Amino acid sequence: MNDAVQHIEVYRQEAEELLVEIEETVLDLEENPDDTEAINKLFRAMHTIKGSGAMFGFDEIAEFTHHVETTLDKVRNGDIPVSRELIDLILLSRDRINEMLNAAQKGITVTQEAGETIIASLNALQPGKTAGNPQQEKKTAPATPTRDPEAENTYRIRFSPHQDLFLSGTEPALIIEELRNLGQATIVAQWKDIPPFSSFHPESCYLYWDIILTTSKTINEIKDVFIFVEDNCDLSIELLDDDQIPVDEKEPKKIGEILLERNDLKPEDLQGVLSGQKRIGELLVEAKIIDPKLVESALAEQQHVRQVAAKQKEKQAASSIRVPADKLDTLVDLVGEMVTAQARLNQKASELNHPDLTLITEEIERLVAGLRDNTMSLRMLQIGVTFSSFKRLVRDLSNELGKEINLTTEGGETELDKTVIERLNDPLVHIIRNSIDHGIESPEVRQKAGKPKEGTIKLSAEHSGAHVAIRISDDGAGLDTEVIRAKAMERGLITSDENLTDKDIFQFIFAPGFSTAKSVTDVSGRGVGMDVVKRNVESLRGTIEIESQKGNGTTITLKLPLTLAIIDGLMVNIGNDYFILPLSSVEECVELDKKKADKVKGRNILNVRGEVVPYIRLRDQFEIQQERPELEHIVITEVNGERIGFVVDSVIGGHQTVIKSLGPAFKDIQDISGATILGDGTVALILDVNKLAR
Amino acid sequence: MSKIIMTADDSASIRQMVGFTLKQAGYDVIEAVDGRDALSKITNSTIHMLLTDLNMPNMDGIELIKQVRALPDYRFMPIILLTTESQAEKKQEGKAAGATGWIIKPFKPDQLVGVVKKVLK
Repeated sequence: MNDAVQHIEVYRQEAEELLVEIEETVLDLEENPDDTEAINKLFRAMHTIKGSGAMFGFDEIAEFTHHVETTLDKVRNGDIPVSRELIDLILLSRDRINEMLNAAQKGITVTQEAGETIIASLNALQPGKTAGNPQQEKKTAPATPTRDPEAENTYRIRFSPHQDLFLSGTEPALIIEELRNLGQATIVAQWKDIPPFSSFHPESCYLYWDIILTTSKTINEIKDVFIFVEDNCDLSIELLDDDQIPVDEKEPKKIGEILLERNDLKPEDLQGVLSGQKRIGELLVEAKIIDPKLVESALAEQQHVRQVAAKQKEKQAASSIRVPADKLDTLVDLVGEMVTAQARLNQKASELNHPDLTLITEEIERLVAGLRDNTMSLRMLQIGVTFSSFKRLVRDLSNELGKEINLTTEGGETELDKTVIERLNDPLVHIIRNSIDHGIESPEVRQKAGKPKEGTIKLSAEHSGAHVAIRISDDGAGLDTEVIRAKAMERGLITSDENLTDKDIFQFIFAPGFSTAKSVTDVSGRGVGMDVVKRNVESLRGTIEIESQKGNGTTITLKLPLTLAIIDGLMVNIGNDYFILPLSSVEECVELDKKKADKVKGRNILNVRGEVVPYIRLRDQFEIQQERPELEHIVITEVNGERIGFVVDSVIGGHQTVIKSLGPAFKDIQDISGATILGDGTVALILDVNKLAR
Repeated sequence: MSKIIMTADDSASIRQMVGFTLKQAGYDVIEAVDGRDALSKITNSTIHMLLTDLNMPNMDGIELIKQVRALPDYRFMPIILLTTESQAEKKQEGKAAGATGWIIKPFKPDQLVGVVKKVLK
């Protein structure tokens, strides 16, 4: 990739992030129209898109964005109020920029009309201004670099009030306090000028202060603190160090240098003592050239500068870097290989039983585990970004359908694997659309039912064990079991006399082509939906559950694994074959002896502490021919809230399972979700308990 | 106990604005209509700070400051002069008389509170 292409790619990424930010901010602004910070944020985002766009050859984007920016500037100055119309137009503009960005990537150009309509509408917001000549305006676009408000500088301030300071009613402590509030301050009071008691005048000020201040404020803002005492004091404010200089190049000044800079010490005196070997401060004091208080103050400055430098270093270290996702994927693959190789090493070490080798193997095992966890965490993203992207969906759809809906989110900081988050988007969109369309009633219906006019959809995420549970709940109409039952009968899924629990009935929703919607809308109701949602969630090795009460709303819970690349598995064997069950779904393992099994022959059920658990013989399922052992084991799992057992020959133990896909040749294989390589090089198949249980 | 601030101004609207703003900020306020009124009220009560206009009938702000500073109890009390920008040189005169600081008119209520907090403990 050459540099130019790389820059363009960075710009595209940046623009995409800014567009997400713009959308969020606009929606926030709609809720709080007085939020000036939101307007500033929008303006800055548009300004960046425009400025960088022009630099990287996205002239169309730059030109278009310029108009949006101009409008936002007027909003910022209070010339245009924040209105519904403005919000709509900014959202439209945002979409337009996104469209242009995507078009540019594919090398096509977008039609001009749509953009011109938006620009005309934006200009219509501005009183007394018609759509101007964009070419002309472009030239006047502001391009001044702004001062980084975060940048912090360190100042050396010496504040020595005149002796009559108190007579003007001034309290120096208040001034010092005000300075302290400006940033990080080291303050040293000097009392070396206090006269002997006999000549001490109680109404005079004999003190002066050395203040080392690190602040983001400008020198003028610091001077403002002293505005009332300028004439009553000697004041010096010097810039000590600039935030622009890289931290590494900063070296705290030597005490001698500081004292020289402050005119507290003459160069010749410094030279005189420098020939000694002791610390310079001690030497100066010993030689009675300088007051110890002055050295103390200089030392305080040195200390302050050191602390600030250390803090900045920390800040730099905490910053993030951008890494392409495919590099991360490669890293995850490599770590997976390493876990496999390490398993082999373990096996070999236990065979050879050499103490030194065992020691090294254990150490490597620990390191690999750390590396694995760390690498996995790199791929983790917060789900909050996905959540907030639904704000727009809810807003647009509820407008379209004339409903009032409020979207609340909770647990946005919950982290999930990047791939899981990406593949979760479509199912979530579908569920939310359903909630908006079928769940939440129109305001009139809601009021009649004694509910608040505004419906609520709540998105929440939380950790539960090795899973993340994502809940989408609404306070809408809920599912009508009677209607679903009738529909299921009509489609011949059940007979009229079948006795079913609500939970069973809700399962029909996941049947292909099942829709109870009276009319098909644009939004949903075509019945292509929940079955696809279920399939998507299951392909992520997740589960989906519905709870609903007629009239009180519906809650859909998705349970998803934290990661897709490596799982904790339970290794079992049948004959010479090894299998892995995902440990997260395993509840317990029990023995099954031949006699007990023969007693209920033909009916694969087992009594586990009074509870009847059905089981599947994996030996039969996979047609494994070898002789059955005397004592078998049953691994009991929980699938979709039901307990089900799998009969195996023996349970070997926990296994860090690096998941390998089976490849396209085996894509039609049911019951197996992947494979993994064991320490000795053999392949173990990973069982898909969801499919097996069906 | 909240601090007591005196506002001396011949303009009723300024007194009202200053009084209201400072009361909102938690201070007690005593009003005086000119320098002479202010001085007599000061000698008969205790205040913690004085805000005075420059141009007032009977006794102007500069004279008031000088007189107040001469009172033993008020030698170190903060005194703020209210002045207009055109009278910038008066600022110096006020400082020389013993004013702690000044506020340039017109000012906004939060500016006023900011200055008061700056000089009053």
